[in-house]
Amino acid sequence: MARLEVLKTYKIFIGGKFPRTESGRYYSPRDKKGNLLANVCLCSRKDLRESVVAARSAFGGWSTRSAFNRSQILYRIAEMMEGRRTQFIDELIKQGATASAAKKEVDLAVDRLVYYSGWCDKFQQVFSSVNPVNSSHFNFSVPEPTGVVGLLADEKTSLAGLVSGIAALVAGGNTVIALASESKPLCAVTFSEVIATSDVPGGVINILTGSKKELLEHFGSHMDINAVVYQGNSNEELSQLRSLASNNVKRISSYDKDWMDTAQQDPYFIMDAQEIKTTWHPIENIGSEGSGY
Amino acid sequence: MAGKEKKESGLWEYSPAPESASIGKIAPKYGLFIDGKFIAPAKGRYFPSINPATEAKLSMIAEADAADVDKAVKAARKAFGSWSRLSASERGKYLYRIARMIQERAREFAVIETLDGGKPIRESRDIDIPLAAAHFFYYAGWADKLEYAFPNRKPKPIGVAGQIIPWNFPLLMAAWKIAPALAAGNTVVLKPAETTSLTALKLAELFSDCGLPPGVVNIVTGAGATGAALVNHKGIDKIAFTGSTDVGKIIQKAIAGTTKKSTLELGGKAANIIFEDATIDQAVEGIVNGIYFNQGHVCCAGSRLFVQESIHEEVVRKLKHRIKSLRVGDPMDKNTDVGAINSKAQLETIQKYVRLGKEEGAEIFQPSCNLPDKGFWCPPTLFTNVSQSHTIAREEIFGPVLAIQTFRTEAEVIAKANNTPFGLSAGVWTDKGSKIFNLTSKLRAGVVWANTYNKFDPVSPFGGYKESGFGREGGLHGILPYVQF
Repeated sequence: MARLEVLKTYKIFIGGKFPRTESGRYYSPRDKKGNLLANVCLCSRKDLRESVVAARSAFGGWSTRSAFNRSQILYRIAEMMEGRRTQFIDELIKQGATASAAKKEVDLAVDRLVYYSGWCDKFQQVFSSVNPVNSSHFNFSVPEPTGVVGLLADEKTSLAGLVSGIAALVAGGNTVIALASESKPLCAVTFSEVIATSDVPGGVINILTGSKKELLEHFGSHMDINAVVYQGNSNEELSQLRSLASNNVKRISSYDKDWMDTAQQDPYFIMDAQEIKTTWHPIENIGSEGSGY
Repeated sequence: MAGKEKKESGLWEYSPAPESASIGKIAPKYGLFIDGKFIAPAKGRYFPSINPATEAKLSMIAEADAADVDKAVKAARKAFGSWSRLSASERGKYLYRIARMIQERAREFAVIETLDGGKPIRESRDIDIPLAAAHFFYYAGWADKLEYAFPNRKPKPIGVAGQIIPWNFPLLMAAWKIAPALAAGNTVVLKPAETTSLTALKLAELFSDCGLPPGVVNIVTGAGATGAALVNHKGIDKIAFTGSTDVGKIIQKAIAGTTKKSTLELGGKAANIIFEDATIDQAVEGIVNGIYFNQGHVCCAGSRLFVQESIHEEVVRKLKHRIKSLRVGDPMDKNTDVGAINSKAQLETIQKYVRLGKEEGAEIFQPSCNLPDKGFWCPPTLFTNVSQSHTIAREEIFGPVLAIQTFRTEAEVIAKANNTPFGLSAGVWTDKGSKIFNLTSKLRAGVVWANTYNKFDPVSPFGGYKESGFGREGGLHGILPYVQF
C-alpha cells in the first residue's frame, strides 16, 4: 500500500518560536503547473511589530556577544543547512527550479554562510582605525551594528538572496526581521527551522512570509526599526520605503543584485548596516621625555 | 591674587581685554560666489547679517533663489569634469594651499567669526579656525591615497555635492564639508546658514586667491528656501546636511524618490555621565565645557547630566560654584567664556525651553550676570529635579541649559542614557578603566568622550546613530560619503 506523505505546515519564525500569523490569514503560492505549494502565512502588521519586539530584545545580547562566538554560530547554521541539502533542493525544484539550479543555489547559500562566518571577527579589524589626533588623547573608531534591521528579501531567488542578506546582517551583530520571497517562500521557512537548531538566540533572526506590497510600508514606517535592506529593483517600492524612512532617520540600503553570482559577497555588505563609533580618552603624558621611553 | 577685589558674585574683576575688530575686513555687501566670481542675485534681494552681541549690522548678504542655485549647480557641473580628471596629487596641493592660507589669515577669520556669530574670540581663535585649516590639511593628503582607504575597491568621485551647514561653527562646518568633497574629486555648492554667511564668503575670496579653478566651490547664501532649492535641484548628486533633526527628516523625504546620496549630521541630546569614582573637579570642568562651550550651540553638547546619587549634592554644589565664575558677555573680549546667543530666534527658543523646564517642575539655577543691554544673551543655566519625561530632558535646546538627573547603577544609567531617539555623542566620567569600556561600548552614540568632552580633530570621525543622522565627517571614515565604487 502506498504510504501517504506527511505534509509540512509552513509557519513563520518570531522570537525563536514558530507561530502562525496572528491574523489567521494565508495565501497559496502554486507551482508552474498550478499545484498547491503550501498554505503559507499571510503576515500582518502586528506580526511585524511582534518581530520587532523580539528583535529589539535580542539585540543587546547578540551585539555584545563575542565575535568568535557569533562566527561559530553562523558556521553552525551552515552545518545544519548542509545536513538538510536534499530538503532545500526538493523545495526549490517544487518552486520551479531545475535540479542543477536548485543544487547550485543550496550550495551557494551554505558557502555564503561559511564566508560571512569568517568575517564576524575580522571586519572590525579591517574597518576600524586608531586616529592620531593632534592632542594628548587616545582616539579610535570601530564599527558597531546599526540595530534592528528589516530585510525585504530578493523575490527571484528563494534562498540565495535571503541567506546573503541575513548572513551579512547578523555577522555584523544586527538582529533581523526578514520578509521572504512572496512567490517562493518555502525555503525561507525551512531555513528558519535550520536557524532554530543552530544555537542562534531567539529573536536574532525572525522570518515572515506574506505580501511585500502590504508590509513594505510598515517596514518603512516602524519607529523601532533602525535600517531596512531592500533587495530588488522597483523604484516605486524603493522611493516609498525611503520616504517613510525619514520618520526616524532609518538607513535604507538597496541592492539590485544577482545573488546567485558567487561574487556578490564582501564585507561592504556588512558595513552597510554598521555605525562608526569614535571613542576618546585622555593620555596623561604624551611625548618622549626621558631615556626610558 | 592679593590686591584684587572679589566681587559679591564670586567673580574676580578683570580688566577688559578686547580683541581688535579692525583686522576683520567686511565688505558692506556680498554677492553670490558662482563660477569663481561674486555676482548679484537674480532678483537683487539682500538681507542683513548682524552682530548678535550688539545687534549692529555687519553687511548685506545676497539671497539666492532657485535661478541662482541653478546657475551655481551648472557651474559646479561644468567644473566637475576637469576637477575630477585633474591628477589627484595636484588636487591635494590646492587643498594644502587653502589650509596654509587659512592659517595665514587665521586671526582675521577668527574676528569675523566672532563678530558674525557671537562666539567668544577665545574659541574662534583657538578652536574653530585652527581646526578648519587642519581639516583642509588633513584631507589634502588623502587626495592621492584614496585607494588605501577602501580595501579591494576603486573609489571614484560622485559628482556635484550640495552642502548645507549650520550657524554654530560656520567656517569649521564649511571645512568639514568642502575638504573631503574636493579631495575625492567632487565639486561643491555650499549654502551657509543665513545668520553666519560671512566667513564662508571670506573663504570664497581665499579660494580665488589660491587659484582654485572657477566652479569647483560655489557659495549660495540665503535661508531655508535657498536650501530647499539646492536639495531639490536635479543636478545635485549628493546632499550633505548638518542641522536640526526636523530639517534632516524633510531632506531625507525630499530626496526619497531620487538617486541622490546623502549624509545627515543632525541633532543630539547627549548624556554626560558622572560616577562616584570620578575625579570630581576634573569632571565638573568637563561638564561645564560639555554644555556651555559655544553657548551650548553644539549638536553634541552634553545637555543631559547623569550624576550618581551618592555624589549628587557635591557635584551640583561645585557646578553652581563653577558657573558663577563663567564670564558671560562681549565675545570679542579674550576673557569671555560664554558669548552671545546666535540670533533672536534662537534666544526665544532657549527661553521657551527654560520656561517649560520651570513649568514642568524642575528647579532652575542661573548665576547673576551683568549682561549687556543690547544683543542676545542667556546666562549659563542648570536644572535639578529633572525627570526623563521632562521636555528639557528630551528635546534638543541648543543653548546653555543643562538638565541634571541622578542614577544608582550602571545598568540604570545606560538604559536612561540610551532612552532617546538621538545618538550623536555621550560622555563618561570615572577612574575605572573597565567601567569606561563597558559604558563606551553600550552607549548608542557615534562619539563617546571618556574623562573628556567636546574634543574634535580632523582625523577623528564624527557623526550620529539613530535620529542623529548617518554618515561620518572627519578621518578615514569621512571619505566614504564622497566616493562611489
